[in-house]
Amino acid sequence: MSRAIEETNRRLLRARDAMDRAYPEVLDVTALAEIAVMSEAHFIRCFRDAFGETPHRYLQRRRVERAMYLLRRTDRSVTDVCLDVGFASLGTFSRTFREVVGESPSRYRQGGGAEARPPAAAAVPTCFAMAWGRPSSFGEAAPRRSG
Amino acid sequence: MLRSLRISQIYVLDQDQALDFYVGKLGLEVASDVDLGFMRFLTVNVPGEPERQILLEKPGPPMIDPETTEQVRDLLTRGRTGGHLFFTTDDAAQSFDELRGRGVEITQEPTQQAYGIDFGLRDPFGNHIRVAQMSTVPVAAG
Repeated sequence: MSRAIEETNRRLLRARDAMDRAYPEVLDVTALAEIAVMSEAHFIRCFRDAFGETPHRYLQRRRVERAMYLLRRTDRSVTDVCLDVGFASLGTFSRTFREVVGESPSRYRQGGGAEARPPAAAAVPTCFAMAWGRPSSFGEAAPRRSG
Repeated sequence: MLRSLRISQIYVLDQDQALDFYVGKLGLEVASDVDLGFMRFLTVNVPGEPERQILLEKPGPPMIDPETTEQVRDLLTRGRTGGHLFFTTDDAAQSFDELRGRGVEITQEPTQQAYGIDFGLRDPFGNHIRVAQMSTVPVAAG
């Protein structure tokens, strides 16, 4: 592998960090490709090769993870949560949330989100909680256990 | 039984560049920098805490074969080797301003967490670092 690939990796990681940091903002592929200093098509392809999913999907999972947190820990309405985490449309939010989590936002809230709540969040550094608490994109949502 | 954690290790791609970053920017001290011939044994520590060192190891032969070395370098630059360091500070806002002023790559601005206020950054190679001002009383945060 050439050092050029390492440099590319590092720039892709920088774009991914930007999604983790600025997820509520408008983060289109143009802005992200600019951070990675490459064309949009090339950025999407390289990102998928490096991280196993498209940048769009990565950003969606980041937003859904934050939405899960807000749904189980605050009283904000589903619409407010949707806007808080960066989705522009309630329809897209609900559909994406269902795809990733396996149930609708309101059902998730009713269920208390117990499965996603770390038992000792206070002791877990945020980088780990963020990376591990995020719903999986690899195989997507497992059927929720009943009861 | 075990008494303390003396040395832990992260991978770096270039040890001189690592010194620039960990000593020049983060403000750590060199604990040992020894050319053993087969490797440069380079460790750093938080000032005043020499009993806990971080080995800044460059992956490569003869420790690792060339092909695996390339895999490690690839994973490292994608942030996938699991290199994490968690430091504490007395004042997260001040540390953040200082480090940002030195051009450090910030991944998250100071944020209230359950355990205190912290922020995130990356070293030049892809290792992730957090700096936390720990609170004594847990607070609700995300």
